Amino acid sequence: MRLTSIGRQLLMTIALPVILLALWWVVSADNTSPFWPSLQKILQAFPDTWTSDRVMEDIVPSLARLALGYALALLVGVGLGTVIGLSRPVRAFLEPALEFLRAIPPPVIIPVIALFVGYSGWTSKIIAIALGCLWPILLNTVEGVRGLDEVLVDTARSYRFRRPTYLYQVVLRGSSPQVATGARQALSIGVIMMVISELFAADNGLGAAIVQAQRAFAIPEMWTGIILLGVIGFLLSLIFRLAEWRALAWYRGLRRSERGT
Amino acid sequence: MAGAGTPRRGSDDATPALDVRGLRKTYTGHGQDVEAVRNLTFTIRSGELVCIVGPSGAGKTTLLRCISGLLSVTGGEVILDGQKVTGPPPGMAVVFQEYGRSLFPWLTVRQNVELPLKEKGLKKAERAEKVATALEAVGLTDSADAHPWQLSGGMQQRVAIARAVAYEPSVLLMDEPFAAVDAQTRADLEDLVRDLWHRFKVTVLFVTHDIDEAVYLGERVLVLSHRPTVILEDVDIDLPDERSQLETRSTPRFAELRHHVYELIQAAKQGFRPENEPV
Repeated sequence: MRLTSIGRQLLMTIALPVILLALWWVVSADNTSPFWPSLQKILQAFPDTWTSDRVMEDIVPSLARLALGYALALLVGVGLGTVIGLSRPVRAFLEPALEFLRAIPPPVIIPVIALFVGYSGWTSKIIAIALGCLWPILLNTVEGVRGLDEVLVDTARSYRFRRPTYLYQVVLRGSSPQVATGARQALSIGVIMMVISELFAADNGLGAAIVQAQRAFAIPEMWTGIILLGVIGFLLSLIFRLAEWRALAWYRGLRRSERGT
Repeated sequence: MAGAGTPRRGSDDATPALDVRGLRKTYTGHGQDVEAVRNLTFTIRSGELVCIVGPSGAGKTTLLRCISGLLSVTGGEVILDGQKVTGPPPGMAVVFQEYGRSLFPWLTVRQNVELPLKEKGLKKAERAEKVATALEAVGLTDSADAHPWQLSGGMQQRVAIARAVAYEPSVLLMDEPFAAVDAQTRADLEDLVRDLWHRFKVTVLFVTHDIDEAVYLGERVLVLSHRPTVILEDVDIDLPDERSQLETRSTPRFAELRHHVYELIQAAKQGFRPENEPV
């Protein structure tokens, strides 16, 4: 019973992707346009394009930069967000500026960063990713910290929690559902920023590989890069969901009990 | 549990656990001052169980927040164990009305009870023992590893009570702790408070709007006036030490005391104030 329900769930999950792939395969099969190579051609080009050398040269640096930029954004976003969320005067002072900065589309900061550290190299790309990821994390942390239950805060105060305990056990854990929402948004922005930052300089990385393939009219190879990006993005969000599912088990339970189901 | 022959605790020569002198609280804001608490003076002796009852809007929560050091006072002082209260003092534990919001949902029942003890600096073995004793006393030994949201409202409030008792405070403050639970659970929890009070010799200040509850639980009932709050009367509850929901509540003395407190509250609602009111 349980196994069949898992099987049905799996079927539901993969049904649409399989249908779409099949459709792509059939529709593109007899295509003669060089810009729309058949899926068969693309898949044939895949192993030759993404050799282990290319994995080391392009995929690993891309993902490493994404990880560093994302981690930096988490650190700064949660840290700064906590400070802002805990203090009403700081919030009143900073919030208008933050709302304005958030409204700026993250990719436009890349040329600005380039003015200071250039397009190529890791620094500019990591900064671009970090800045892109920062806003959703920061603003959601502020919201989460501000929304902490007063009774919980009073409880912590009356039992004289020490500052570190208070910050970790009450503030951080209490705002963690909201922080996770921000971090999830930030992850997809991070992938976008990872690619875009590589398009400008095009020295190495996944984005660079796609641009180089396009410029060399290696169209099937270009498509392999796009598919690979999709797969990576999907896997990253899967990993994120798993981590969130584990860390916020208490939150799901709490929500369920509040809904009375 | 103490037998019927147990001498009354909180006799006059006992040391005061809590001393409230001329407590005043005025809220300022939006260009006008609101006087919530005018002048409150009372003493709770070590080992007493005192109830504070007042009409709704008597500033009971304000009073309790001032005593617990969560809110600063405008005038007067609160003295706990001979020390003036300026912030949450070490010798106090508070059980809030909103049990669901006072427990940490990301911690288990055991961790919720243990965390304040950790902050107190107790060693692991000592913590484990106190947590086990407290959970056993409130009948939640089997739920130690559950999360609070897996428990019913009454059980959640038991967790909050266990946490407060395990902390071993000089004074345990309870802010309308049973206002949000159903009547049957409420009766059980009232008996639990009496039981814990006997067992752990803790000093309890119990705030409620329920007259029956105040008379049933307390050794003394302080009746508050309407805002700005003063004490209308300090009623001595001379019921036997051993109380039971069924018998105690049907004794003539209980009815008399209940009647008396009820009249005071009715008078308070109509704005009656003591004649020698200190200003």
